[in-house]
Amino acid sequence: MTDRNGHGARLLVVDDNKVNRLLLTRNLELMGHRVTTAENGRVALEMLRREPFDLLVLDIEMPEMNGFQVLEQLAHDLQLRDLPVVVTSSLEGLDNVVRCIELGAEDYLTKPVNAVLLKARISASLEKKRLRDQQKELVRRFAAPEVAQDLQQSGFTLGGKRVNGTVMFCDIRDFTPLVESQSPEATIELLNTYYTLMFNAISSQGGIVSVMAADGLMAVFGAPLPLPDHCAAAVRAALEMIELIELFNAEQAAAGKTTIRIGIGIASGEMVAGYTGTNERATYTCIGDTVNIASRLEGHTKQAGRAILIDAATRAGLASDASLEALGPVTVRGKTQAVEVFAVDAGRKT
Amino acid sequence: MTNTATIDRATFENLEQTAGADFVRELVATFLTEAPRMLDDLGAALAAGDAEKFRRTAHSLKSNSNTFGALTLGAMAKNLELGGLAAGRAADDPIGTLAREYGRVAQALTELKGD
Repeated sequence: MTDRNGHGARLLVVDDNKVNRLLLTRNLELMGHRVTTAENGRVALEMLRREPFDLLVLDIEMPEMNGFQVLEQLAHDLQLRDLPVVVTSSLEGLDNVVRCIELGAEDYLTKPVNAVLLKARISASLEKKRLRDQQKELVRRFAAPEVAQDLQQSGFTLGGKRVNGTVMFCDIRDFTPLVESQSPEATIELLNTYYTLMFNAISSQGGIVSVMAADGLMAVFGAPLPLPDHCAAAVRAALEMIELIELFNAEQAAAGKTTIRIGIGIASGEMVAGYTGTNERATYTCIGDTVNIASRLEGHTKQAGRAILIDAATRAGLASDASLEALGPVTVRGKTQAVEVFAVDAGRKT
Repeated sequence: MTNTATIDRATFENLEQTAGADFVRELVATFLTEAPRMLDDLGAALAAGDAEKFRRTAHSLKSNSNTFGALTLGAMAKNLELGGLAAGRAADDPIGTLAREYGRVAQALTELKGD
């Protein structure tokens, strides 16, 4: 690992010429870095795929696999494409420098390399890498893994794409009186446990939690990454959530603490999934009729006296022997046409 | 005596300052081992008509020459790198001229190394 100033980084120097390898290694070691060397691009790629490096110092003119080819391979490698590359070469012609930068090199130094310049460029590249790593860590912490992966692969752009998936809404019944009956600290602790359990159930079935608000959450199955059995996955997650809440309640009751009940609404179909907000602050979410129906069904669980309600489209995605009860058409708020509603028997697995 | 026209003293001293005189002594020894092979490779590539190898070897020799301040040798190698096989086959025996200049460089570097 490197410190804030980029000392002690692990660097790989690739050069087919021994004098160049020795001199670059010497200069970089004098800066406090640990240096490994490779004598051509092919060997370098093998090493990069085998062990972690913080930065690559790359020559261009090499037998077997030259520096341009290395840059091309790195750009197409999801694991390695963020590795900073500083090119050192004595190639003639500005077009070669341009080509390196276009292929993703962080910087270009002309040989013989000036040691002072080398130090400045390497430090700057390592600092940029440190910031990028920090950003990735933040994305990982504040976004679902699938969203983080989607961001890394496709980059961030506001706007959505049409996907077929399943949306789930879940909240704690009678949350307001519950909040009033106990200390805020106890409520926070309760919510933390609740969210941990719900996140586990949802992500274990391939879903992502896209919105959290007070006691409610919205989860998506089938976006940003496609999920072939998104209907069944959402229902399996819902059943697991009910089961986890029952286990949690048993513990709470034994400790003389408050127990909770949850309601879950699930709907499937087309929706628009993507990032909404501004370029400064955005969230990954889904929008569309499917989302509205799931939300309304969740609201309807209370009247229906059932823990899990699903729509006809979700039912169509389940196995024929799923344990369901048709509740008939229900008029939900905001919808002119009645929605066919089914209750999932929480006592049995689908 | 050191031929100042063959080795640019400022470049060489700067190298010693940044990388350390002891290290540069080892680096010179490596160059003196590697360079004759590069000259052989250059001649072989020319005889075999291997343009790619000829260009790459000339490129390597240019790069190392400039590192030590052997600017004349570097310039000759650069001409071969850019001119390719045609430049190597020129009537004024560029490979022979290059080898003679290398001989002077090797002598100068050996003297500098012993300073």
